[in-house]
Amino acid sequence: MSSILESPPQADAPAGAGAETRQLVVALAGNPNAGKTSIFNALTGLRQKVANYPGVTVERKEGLWTLDAELPPARLVDLPGLYSLDAASIDEEIARDILTGRMEEVPAPDVVVAVVDATNLERNLYLVTQLLEAGRPLVVALSMVDLAERSKLEIDADGLSSALGIPVVPITAKTKRGLDELARAVLAAVGSKPPCALWRLSPKAEAEVRRLYAAGAPSREEALRDLYSDELPADPERRAAVEAARARLSGSDPQWWQEPLTARYRWIEEVTGGAVRGVKDERPGSTERIDRFVTHRFFGPILLLLVMAVVFQAIFSWATLPMDLIDRAFGALGEAVRAHMPVGLLTDLVVDGVIAGVGGVLVFLPQILLLFFFIALLEDSGYMSRAAFLVDRLMRGVGLHGKAFMPLLSSFACAIPGIMATRTIENPKDRLATILIAPFMSCSARLPVYTLMIAAFFTDVRLFGFVPVGVLLMLSMYLLGIVVAIVVAWILKHTILKAPPPPLVLELPPYRVPSLVNVLYTMRTRSWLFVKRAGTVILTISILLWALMTFPRSAVKPVPDAQEGAAVQEMRETGLEGKGESAPLTAKAEGDTADEGAQLQQSYAGRLGHVLEPLIAPLGFDWKMGIGLVASFAARETIVSTLSIVYNVGKDTNAESPSLIEAVRNAKRPDGSPAWTPLVAVSMMVFFVLACQCMSTVAVVRRETNSWRWPLFMVAYMLVIAYVASFVTYQGGKLLGLS
Amino acid sequence: MSLAYAAAEQIVEVLKRADTAGPAAVSLDALEAGRHARVTAVRGSGAVARRLMEMGVVPGAPVRVVKSAPLGDPLEVRVRSYHLALRRSEAQTVSVVMNDE
Repeated sequence: MSSILESPPQADAPAGAGAETRQLVVALAGNPNAGKTSIFNALTGLRQKVANYPGVTVERKEGLWTLDAELPPARLVDLPGLYSLDAASIDEEIARDILTGRMEEVPAPDVVVAVVDATNLERNLYLVTQLLEAGRPLVVALSMVDLAERSKLEIDADGLSSALGIPVVPITAKTKRGLDELARAVLAAVGSKPPCALWRLSPKAEAEVRRLYAAGAPSREEALRDLYSDELPADPERRAAVEAARARLSGSDPQWWQEPLTARYRWIEEVTGGAVRGVKDERPGSTERIDRFVTHRFFGPILLLLVMAVVFQAIFSWATLPMDLIDRAFGALGEAVRAHMPVGLLTDLVVDGVIAGVGGVLVFLPQILLLFFFIALLEDSGYMSRAAFLVDRLMRGVGLHGKAFMPLLSSFACAIPGIMATRTIENPKDRLATILIAPFMSCSARLPVYTLMIAAFFTDVRLFGFVPVGVLLMLSMYLLGIVVAIVVAWILKHTILKAPPPPLVLELPPYRVPSLVNVLYTMRTRSWLFVKRAGTVILTISILLWALMTFPRSAVKPVPDAQEGAAVQEMRETGLEGKGESAPLTAKAEGDTADEGAQLQQSYAGRLGHVLEPLIAPLGFDWKMGIGLVASFAARETIVSTLSIVYNVGKDTNAESPSLIEAVRNAKRPDGSPAWTPLVAVSMMVFFVLACQCMSTVAVVRRETNSWRWPLFMVAYMLVIAYVASFVTYQGGKLLGLS
Repeated sequence: MSLAYAAAEQIVEVLKRADTAGPAAVSLDALEAGRHARVTAVRGSGAVARRLMEMGVVPGAPVRVVKSAPLGDPLEVRVRSYHLALRRSEAQTVSVVMNDE
């Protein structure tokens, strides 16, 4: 074991004595699918928290790990899964920055634990060679040992340890085997110095490395990094030396940059050659046998459709019961608060702004939980990569990556987790294209709108006597979103996001029985992130919207009798004859609800509706729908509660409440004609499919792209498409004689 | 320098020669499903070639094409002891030499 140059000892390596007085920081690194999550959960239990790294939505998972009962628990930082320290994705960049101490929020780790999958040693050890080069104290946690044993692979952990020069601890997370040994090894490793990289380059390249060391690189590792990484050193002298060295090397071999990669693997083969016994089974294993069916030419796509159908079914029907319960609970809470608080603005703010706002966030929780249950299940089992494998060719047709499939599928529940899930896509342009089309997938928030429109105008309407038109319309709306998304993706990828088709280098991990604990943890952390991230925005918007609909207030609170006159007065002022309006008003002019209707008309939101009317009239919408549209830009489903207020049926109604459906059917325009017709309803649905009416999506895109440019672009272009499509629907329908 | 290292280097040299002269050298996308082979060269450059090599597709690595996806692309390849999906366009940049059966 030779290394040509010894690195000087690191200045920031903690002294062994100091370690007892302050909290240790341990980083958990490893390849994706290496069993890192299971080990993290086993080590920290429930003592974990998830946050975000600033500026990007890479999750920052941290927990407390009791290394020794006498010591304060260590901070265990779970790094995103990575194959290499030469960052290709944001995840890998973040992991590298933490490991090298470049991340401000996380101190450089005292010890790095590298999780290595025993069934896939060689590729997993590649990251270990790079971690050794990084020079932090390192311990290997050998995972999946039970699986390796089952496939008759015998791994000599001690032999591996002495070959690598660092401790190797076999772990079975499920039975907690090896966790204590791991804790002891980590404590012992504090302040240690791992051996230098043991692999060597060709004599020619080694000579260049030595030359760079002589020219001012602080260590052999630094010299290697200077020579082969993308970044050049800042120091002009060192930079010149590196450029000269690269020129010499590339002159004799254009593939000179491959040398360290090949050399690392050659060294790994040497290490594993001595430490692994047993038959290296080259026959197809159980995973490959399962794949004979799962990725079969014919059965594969069918299974994929089935899986999608189950996920959809769950999100759309199983989730409705808990959603109704949450909805009703918040309605009841609002009523209770209203009953026990004095009538006034504060009560209104609490009930209509805060409670309704919080309820509006939490109502999505069942869907988010279910979606992440399935995503975690599919990811943990290994199916998700197969789905990407199956659809990649299709996705590439529009210039997208197979990995875009899952984010887009998630967006059918909600674009927010979908957009969050795009971070696995490495190329920024592909990622951006996926983000920009994700909101076209009909999310669950559009459902109340579709439901209301269909319930009001298309119940029991059948095509050819047996095909229910409502179901047909619902399906068409989903298809419309998908078709427009495909067209837009194609246009984006051929114009502003022009790039060659993204490469696909995707691991198909072995099938494993998903761990229920991991799935539950994922559901918990993801849903909490949603509540926090989207919740704050939705709550703010909800309060803002409440203010828009509440102010300005009339100086004297109108008594029920005077109120109707005020409403008529208001309509005269705005040039509308109030004949049609007064009928439903008198019919329902019972105190509060009528008050609200009048209040809404004179509020900022109401005035905005009037201002908008000329603009939206070609789409078939009147000013009341305009108010609904304004409100729906906060979150689509708010149009239902807004319409309830506009039509004076009280706001605690939902899309299926008979009073609202009745009010929509009976609503009249000033000339007495019905405000809503089936054609208007379809036009409205088309608008809702295509417009980006969701502040939370805008907020998430802002975070993901780190600029206002893309979210604003997204809102604008989607609005244009929605307007044009709605216009074509309504005007075209009228030309065809539909109403 | 250990013996194993020297031996590996010799093997790679032999494989490299096979890549330029031997009739058995083909690109990975042309490899028949089920045939065992060894990588002789990764001819691409840039991020994709680097990622392929980081994932273990380096000269000397054992590979076998398992199958292609239902629409003919991408390919599923067994590399070292795991399965990797890659597009035909990427597989074209990888030269392999078939093992004697």
